[in-house]
Amino acid sequence: METLNYLLETLNNLFLIIADAIRGLFADPQSVWANLTMNVINFIIVVIIVVLAALILILLERKVAGWTSQRPGPNRLGPRGWFQTIADALKLMGKEDVTPAGADKLIFKIAPMIIFCLPMMTLAVIPYGKDMAPINIDLGILYFVAISSISTLCFLMAGWGSNNKYSLLGGMRAVAQMISYEIPLLFSLLGVVMITQSFNLGVIVEAQGTIPFIVLQPLAFVIFMIAGLAELNRAPFDLVEADQEVVAGPFTEYTGLRWGLFFLGEYGNMTAMSALAATVFLGGWQGPAFLPGYVWFFMKVGVMIFMMMWVRWTFPRIRIDHLMHLAWKVLLPLSIVNILLTGLGIYIYRFVMGG
Amino acid sequence: MSIEKTEELILNMGPQHPSMHGLFRMVVHLAGETVTNIEPKLGYLHRGMEKLAESRTYSQFIPYTDRLDYLASPHNNWAYVQTVEKLMGVEIPERAEYLRVIFGELARIASHQVCIASTALDMAGWSAWSYAFRDRERICDMYEMTAGSRLTVNIMRIGGMSAEPPEEFWPALQSFLDDTPEMLEEYYGIFFGNEIAMGRLKNVGILTKEMAENLSITGPVLRASGVDYDVRKADPYSIYDRFDFDVPVRTGCDSYDRTIIRMDEIVESIKIIKQAVRDIPGGPIMAKVPKVIKPPVGEVYHRVENPKGELGFYIVSDGTTKPTRLRIRPATFINLQMLPIVAKGWKIQDVVAIFATLDAVLGEVDK
Repeated sequence: METLNYLLETLNNLFLIIADAIRGLFADPQSVWANLTMNVINFIIVVIIVVLAALILILLERKVAGWTSQRPGPNRLGPRGWFQTIADALKLMGKEDVTPAGADKLIFKIAPMIIFCLPMMTLAVIPYGKDMAPINIDLGILYFVAISSISTLCFLMAGWGSNNKYSLLGGMRAVAQMISYEIPLLFSLLGVVMITQSFNLGVIVEAQGTIPFIVLQPLAFVIFMIAGLAELNRAPFDLVEADQEVVAGPFTEYTGLRWGLFFLGEYGNMTAMSALAATVFLGGWQGPAFLPGYVWFFMKVGVMIFMMMWVRWTFPRIRIDHLMHLAWKVLLPLSIVNILLTGLGIYIYRFVMGG
Repeated sequence: MSIEKTEELILNMGPQHPSMHGLFRMVVHLAGETVTNIEPKLGYLHRGMEKLAESRTYSQFIPYTDRLDYLASPHNNWAYVQTVEKLMGVEIPERAEYLRVIFGELARIASHQVCIASTALDMAGWSAWSYAFRDRERICDMYEMTAGSRLTVNIMRIGGMSAEPPEEFWPALQSFLDDTPEMLEEYYGIFFGNEIAMGRLKNVGILTKEMAENLSITGPVLRASGVDYDVRKADPYSIYDRFDFDVPVRTGCDSYDRTIIRMDEIVESIKIIKQAVRDIPGGPIMAKVPKVIKPPVGEVYHRVENPKGELGFYIVSDGTTKPTRLRIRPATFINLQMLPIVAKGWKIQDVVAIFATLDAVLGEVDK
């Protein structure tokens, strides 16, 4: 029993022990050089998480698509089709890099690069385990939402820079949709912030030791899921890249690795949004102690991602005016009501507890 | 003072566009995302069917008819061979008539399933699409057992049927009929009952009764606008007067009714097939027709109820082995005329939905 507990403890703190060991290599573990080295290592780990997530999720998406529509999905390359993504990536790398003749070249080229950077920036503030946030900042939620909303700009840049009418329509849709949904998204998170009195994601996870906030804030969770899907341009809110209407929206003119970067960015953003949902509502790394915290965290992220894929392959696409009505007439008032109710609840709780 | 002016955006959709069902092209004039005008451009799949008929013998033209509305090829065969039989005055055996009804109604179910599937797909309902196609495969299997091919079946001959269905056909047909109610429930559950799908389709693309009549729309599109007109009832051909079935009529006039009326029609087709399987007599499947078909001098028009509407053939014969003139009255070509009128004022995605509910097959539109 003793040894088992020790083993679990070690596993749970594995990454912290490694980090301490690396810091121990320096003469002064808190020196500038030690901090810089740690930051570089953290950054590399986040990049690995993003790329690995995309690699797994692209295959998973196709498998889930096959499962929901009663067909096998990719099953030829490697055991049960597990190497499909690698083959796709190699194919994308081999493609010719085409820039349309009338394109705004600079904007056209930097849009995919920026969108690929965003998930790395947002995933850097997520606590993967106890004290395991690569960067621990006090305004974590605000930072996360601010960074993830830059993706709107990337879609507009790609849409405008491509010099294609479909792309332009898609880019315009992106702006209208994503700006509308950012407000309920942030408002739905405010309830949790009011309870914990902190924007820090680490503190929010610590506060969910007994019950996760999905129990205290069910309405906020639903609003967050809907707004999050819209923010990510996932079906049923994928009007931006609606292939039946605007072909591929902003991505119509992209080929090869540039298009691949958009794809990586999309799946990275999906991981980041699921990570935020897991952190804020599902209790992050908190869970029964027989598994390390980071395993719990990634399991929760996996569940969120699976939910998103399931929704995507089942529901048809929403109409554009219904989309706006949903944001401004339903989700926004509901999220304000949620803030009000949370405030009342906190007030009553304090009154009863005599605080 | 400067006057702010917005510019009209002219968008060319098709012929290579994911939701244009083949090779349809339309030039869409847009103000923002609102459609101000649509110019349909046809002819990307034009093969000159009517001219080709003039240099083929009467029997040789049957496979060409498969390529008209290729989602319901037995119906095209049926319309054509019945026209020739009418001109020649051939009586065909009872069993062949029943087999024609069975295959015709199977084709109607298959065609409607494709319509449901592609309407769902045009709204990104991926699973609904594969569900409907999964079930259509079973009909294709039944075609294959009998005629050898799955899509362009070429199953009818002047004077009867090309082949007797094999032993395994009947159990396959029976199990398909038994499973249909469950299938329809599934389509409803995954697509038609969905709140988002209803929002996309209900009250979109209103085609009023007057408009539909003035545009001489036929088929499910007409019946969804509240007009009770079906050639099977209005001008019974073959043996349709022997069966007990209803013509489903809906009065919603919108995209939703235009799609879901096809579910009702599948139910009625199942009813007809069940009766046909019950009553089918034995006997030959081909009438005694001459080896070289030489209809008498004259002209004839015959029409049938294709899954998409009224399909007619007009043949002028000069007594030789080849028709002097053959004219096809395609159902979807005429139904398509409503698109620019109905779609005006809607958004691009609604135009895609309206176009999908018309169930246009470009093989028939462009001939």
